[in-house]
Amino acid sequence: MEVRSDRMTAMAPMVSLRPPVSPSRLVSPSRTIESPVQAKISVRDLDFYYGHRQALFHVGLTVRSHSVTAFIGPSGCGKSTLLRCLNRMNDLVEGARAVGRVELDGVDIYEAAIDVTDLRKRVGMVFQKSNPFPKSIYDNVAYGPRLHGTKDRRSLDELVQHSLQGAGLWEEVKDRLQHSAVGLSGGQQQRLCIARALAVQPEVILMDEPCSALDPIATGKIEELIYRLKETYTVVIVTHNMQQAARVSDQCGFFLMGELVEFGDTKTIFTTPRDKRTEDYITGRFG
Amino acid sequence: MGKPSTRMKKFWRGGELFVWMTASGVAISLLMVAGMLVLIMINGLGQFWPRALQQVTLNTQETVIGQLVSEETIPHSMTIESQTGQRRFRYRVGNRDQFGSEYRWINEAEIASMTFPEDLTFVERREWGPAYGRISLAAEGAAATPAGESALETTWETALRLVAQANQLRQRIEHLEREEIGSINYRIEKARLARQALVLKGGLDPAIAEADRRLVDEIVVLDREYRSKSEALEQLHKEASRDALLLTLSTGRSVRLSLDQIIAVSRPNAMNWLEKLEAYVRNLWLFVSSEPREANTEGGIFPAIFGTVLMVFLMTMAVMPFGVMAAVYLREYAKQGPLVRLVRIAVNNLAGVPSIVFGVFGLAFFVYALGGSIDQILFPEALPNPTFGTGGILWASLTLALLTVPVVIVATEEGLSAVPRDFREGSVGLGATKFETIRHVILPCALPGILTGLILAMARAAGEVAPLMLTGVVKLAPALPLDEYLPFLHLERKFMHLGFHIYDVGFQSPNVEAAKPMVYMTTLILILVVVLLNLTAVMLRNRLRKRFATSAV
Repeated sequence: MEVRSDRMTAMAPMVSLRPPVSPSRLVSPSRTIESPVQAKISVRDLDFYYGHRQALFHVGLTVRSHSVTAFIGPSGCGKSTLLRCLNRMNDLVEGARAVGRVELDGVDIYEAAIDVTDLRKRVGMVFQKSNPFPKSIYDNVAYGPRLHGTKDRRSLDELVQHSLQGAGLWEEVKDRLQHSAVGLSGGQQQRLCIARALAVQPEVILMDEPCSALDPIATGKIEELIYRLKETYTVVIVTHNMQQAARVSDQCGFFLMGELVEFGDTKTIFTTPRDKRTEDYITGRFG
Repeated sequence: MGKPSTRMKKFWRGGELFVWMTASGVAISLLMVAGMLVLIMINGLGQFWPRALQQVTLNTQETVIGQLVSEETIPHSMTIESQTGQRRFRYRVGNRDQFGSEYRWINEAEIASMTFPEDLTFVERREWGPAYGRISLAAEGAAATPAGESALETTWETALRLVAQANQLRQRIEHLEREEIGSINYRIEKARLARQALVLKGGLDPAIAEADRRLVDEIVVLDREYRSKSEALEQLHKEASRDALLLTLSTGRSVRLSLDQIIAVSRPNAMNWLEKLEAYVRNLWLFVSSEPREANTEGGIFPAIFGTVLMVFLMTMAVMPFGVMAAVYLREYAKQGPLVRLVRIAVNNLAGVPSIVFGVFGLAFFVYALGGSIDQILFPEALPNPTFGTGGILWASLTLALLTVPVVIVATEEGLSAVPRDFREGSVGLGATKFETIRHVILPCALPGILTGLILAMARAAGEVAPLMLTGVVKLAPALPLDEYLPFLHLERKFMHLGFHIYDVGFQSPNVEAAKPMVYMTTLILILVVVLLNLTAVMLRNRLRKRFATSAV
């Protein structure tokens, strides 16, 4: 169902003045269908600027814990921008500025006291283009844990195996962990990137069009993986592929020109969209 | 076939001419490089081959013994009688001490006959260049071997044996001079400096006086040791000069060649091909492994090779961290804007500053200001003799590091900017800080680019001469900057350099003609050193490239 309500939008300016809202309060019982699932991320009245250009307009939505949320929309609609706001990757872009609140477990991640590296450890990311480091497969997966202080060889080995199993890559690479990751196929590389993200034991995994450069078979494997991942993690995925969104996601948001047009249960959006523009886009009558 | 105009149009549009032009550009460059190398190799490598000795009898019945060096048509000698002009030959006749000049032109018309007698001998001497002639007598002290047709072979054998003996003796003398007396001198100098330091500490402290007395005692003991050693040395010198060879020159005169002056005797006319090859390799090896003699015009160039390599090495140690850090700041940390652009322009322009300017800066800043201050603070006991306050290998290396730092910065920056954005995001997305990302991902990936900078810097530094002349290169260094005395690496020492050696031998030596092949050979070695240094770096870079290949997909 649509979470972004008038009430919330109206509330947003005041919210920043109040102390962080406790997680339980975020889920307003009257508005949520599957009430037992709690909110992991809440975006409230978020405006985003690249320099003087505004990329997001008053976006508000709630990502439920242990679910897959998909953002769809035409190119340049701001869905990737929003995704990158969720772990503050946009900080790397010069002149980028966010106004509003993004709450992870009820705490605003744009607060001054937030440790960004810690945030990114909790909110992992998988990119559109697979980007394994030019190191061995093992070193790629162990990169994050090593940074965060895991030095012990045994626990690293375990963690690497566990992560690769989690990404469904272990069987394929277990005999060549010391080989360069660059030698893997495109789909394997992308799964390695997922394993790499899993190795730091995040709570949320953001995926920015993870299948756009892959063939259908590799795409199928990643989709299966996403489906499995939601048991342990909260997944947010940006995709161009409407079928993919329909297949893997529980919730879905449709973006257009920096605005969140519609957000709600995937089934509802794909069967009975409330907005005419959503319907046009989904049925392919639009851009 | 179309009309000619259409065909012409097609020709112009097709760019055939352009392809030819570009290809010819490459061809000309290759030709120039190859031509230069061939020229240098021919002129340089030829000198080690044992050339035949000719005995030329002139129309005036005068005989000349020498090696044919070159021949030419006498300028303006074309007459009705001789349509092609008269030829003349240039001989190296040696015996500079006797004849005054080592070379002699002989016109073809003056020559009555030319022979290659087997007993003509080439004598390599420590002074006055080579001597040519016949060994008539190999004298061992007073006992003389009679000369004559029958005893010819014995004379030669005796001569060879004596020369071998003399060489052994010379090695012993050198060992005594260098190692034993050198070490005593070193210890005496140290004790002297220690005393000087005590004087500077001043005061009438009994402890200092006591220490001073001990040092004086030590010096006395060392002095005694020194005197006994130098007596032994004197003895050896006497022994070395006792024996002599008697050489009959082309003029018929006999000269006595003291054996301590003789390095080698050979009879190139009696050598077969294999023996000549052996001699060639031996000469080549001696050239790269021994020290120069005779104002650098003879002997080897080992100290220059060593100095060049060590200086490039030190320069690398100085320039790499400095340049890489500067590039990392400029590319990764500095806010890109007009100021950074200005800095970048300044750095690029620094690469275009004439190297002598850096030399002057090095002299003023490193040698006088920095070195002078170091002497005041750390080595006051040696003053007024400067330790670091004069040119030395450290200051030369640092000056060259300044000269090459722009190259390293530019190449490193390019390497850094070539690292895909994906890697940075991937690393940051895993919770790495910027520093961790730079350290673990960006710098390793940029290593090939950094090494490119290193290669360019080395190539430039190894070939620079002008700044070195102001900051520490000398014509003849008494000792290598690396030896067995603590602290082993003597950064304050002056050093020899191949580039400066070329200039010195080619233009500052008293015997320019004889030094010409040396100049070519030194040039060849310099090129080889630069190529070898570069190849090492290139190989390293290729291995890293393979390891950090960004994508195989």
